[in-house]
Amino acid sequence: MEGIGDLLHGFSVVLSWSNFFYMLVGIVLGVLIGVLPGLGGANGVAILLPLTFSMPPTSAIILLSCIYWGALFGGAITSILFNIPGEPWSVATTFDGHPMAQKGQAGEALTAAFTSSFIGALFAVIVITLAAPLVARFALQFGPAEKFSVFFLAFCSFVGMGKEPPAKTIAAMMLGFALAAVGTDTVTGSLRLTFGSTELLSGFDFLIAVIGLFGIGEILLTMEEGLSFRGKAAAINPAVVWQTWKGLPRYWLTMLRSCLIGCWMGITPAGATPASFMSYGIAKRSSKDGARFGTGEIEGVIAPETAAHSAGTSALLPMLALGVPGSPTAAVLLGGLLIWGLQPGPLLFVEQKDFVWGLIASMYLGNIVGLAVVLTMVPVFAAILRVPFGIIAPIILVICAIGAYTVHNNSFDVIMMLVFGVAGYFLKKCNYPLAPLVLAIVLGDKAEESFRQSLLLSGGSVSVFWSSGLVATIMALGFVALFWGTISNLLGRATGRRRPA
Amino acid sequence: MGVALFVLALGAITMFGSLKIGIGWADEGPQSGFFPFWVGLVVVLASVVNFVRAMAVSPAALFAEWPQLVQVRKVIVPMAIYVAAVPLLGIYVSSALLVAGFMRWIGRYGWPLTLCIAIALPVLTYVTFEKWFLVPLPKGPLEDWLGL
Repeated sequence: MEGIGDLLHGFSVVLSWSNFFYMLVGIVLGVLIGVLPGLGGANGVAILLPLTFSMPPTSAIILLSCIYWGALFGGAITSILFNIPGEPWSVATTFDGHPMAQKGQAGEALTAAFTSSFIGALFAVIVITLAAPLVARFALQFGPAEKFSVFFLAFCSFVGMGKEPPAKTIAAMMLGFALAAVGTDTVTGSLRLTFGSTELLSGFDFLIAVIGLFGIGEILLTMEEGLSFRGKAAAINPAVVWQTWKGLPRYWLTMLRSCLIGCWMGITPAGATPASFMSYGIAKRSSKDGARFGTGEIEGVIAPETAAHSAGTSALLPMLALGVPGSPTAAVLLGGLLIWGLQPGPLLFVEQKDFVWGLIASMYLGNIVGLAVVLTMVPVFAAILRVPFGIIAPIILVICAIGAYTVHNNSFDVIMMLVFGVAGYFLKKCNYPLAPLVLAIVLGDKAEESFRQSLLLSGGSVSVFWSSGLVATIMALGFVALFWGTISNLLGRATGRRRPA
Repeated sequence: MGVALFVLALGAITMFGSLKIGIGWADEGPQSGFFPFWVGLVVVLASVVNFVRAMAVSPAALFAEWPQLVQVRKVIVPMAIYVAAVPLLGIYVSSALLVAGFMRWIGRYGWPLTLCIAIALPVLTYVTFEKWFLVPLPKGPLEDWLGL
């Protein structure tokens, strides 16, 4: 197996004291980011990205990806102890996690959440190890039309799989493409849509958008809900961990199903949030204790956490192998790769073997370190959450502002961040999804480039997008994903079964 | 409803801007405005749908309660002042003022704790960014005076 050899080589790249140190720092920072309102995986990574420009790319990606793992773990802490989801994908964890904490089983709930997150992530990393090189090799033959069809499939998945109204998803996404188009046209080099403003010459940077939309917008939403956090005490001791672990193997089927759902939703960029809800819903219907879900069933914690983590992790597969990120955080990491001078996509596996396999090896190690860190440090993180919002909020605002400034050392970006923040608040209030907007800003230029190149090759005929079997298949899948809501409704009516909302 | 109109306006601006630079076919392929024009058109169409949907919702289901909006304004106003102050005073002094103002008037903390955090945060930031990561942040008159 060529893959195993590459992976072992990856471990030899990663295993150094400095990388281990970055991993630890990344996990702790990540959990902190996941725990605090207003700081999430995507904008946490965006804020810290400029600080890593001087680091070697492998160390930098280890630090940043570990922040991502940490944030995934951290979301569970706030959901279970405080009934406040630190991240959107941990909303489903609150349904049973918080009732468990109220019954005095916080330790069991946290252990179950962390362990199932770990299993979900491990499953996804194994999938990445085995599948990513194959996908990358396959994608090496892709021309512009194939590339565009992959983008098309990715964005259609958002429309069909999201729980927001399709028209709002489309509006948000296309707004992202429009924002990406501002500035220099990457194909011809001419300026467009700047309306004479010199500040807009370089376009909108997605890092600023991420910090504003997710950071400032989130603070505004939290502010609206009032300022107090009331949490349950958390104590995890080895006896509780051991007891919970002994009970977990009974739920292997739930875990396996959740892993599969998570991987599927992560690779097609529907993301961790719908994956966690879907997994919870299916577990509820298929479990014999389904009626008791919502009152503190451990299975109701396992299902969404496993799915969210495996979706969050597998979102890196298309990012590495195709250059199409599966989640906003993966999109920010992709932006980081571009800044470090690494072109994500199939060629990465050929030209930057050390980097790719180092990253994949660090996913294994990072999740093991992460599990150890969260199991031992929960009380510390819970204590941080008890710091009142009146103190935390201005500090987070300052951190966001500094993060926005350091992207280009430009004060105008700080103003743009606030504009994006206010816009993000209103969009979020009106149920517009933000993830497709951010992904469109990141991928806008590349999607447009492949679209225009395809048209150039075909001399302007749109038929190029169904000219070969491969393109036609991917485009067809895209249309299925686009109308998935309608299709599943029809199917549901045809079989006479009630579909979950 | 308002948001749908706002998004619609952005879409229309995109289309207008694209029309100015040409949306047709030139010798070197599609012109610069080609892609954004269609993107803008989709934004406009989707916003029309959203607007009609929003019209159908009864006005009783309000966007947010007034007290909530007052809370939100409490963050937006100081933040706007902060953002305007950064180029003038530098990020350190502005940050200290933002933290102090927020904690004193919104969090209602006593002066000792407020001052403690308002001064500690910029100092910590300074050490982390300028000394450790060697990333310069915007400075103002105070830093010049201190010779930093």
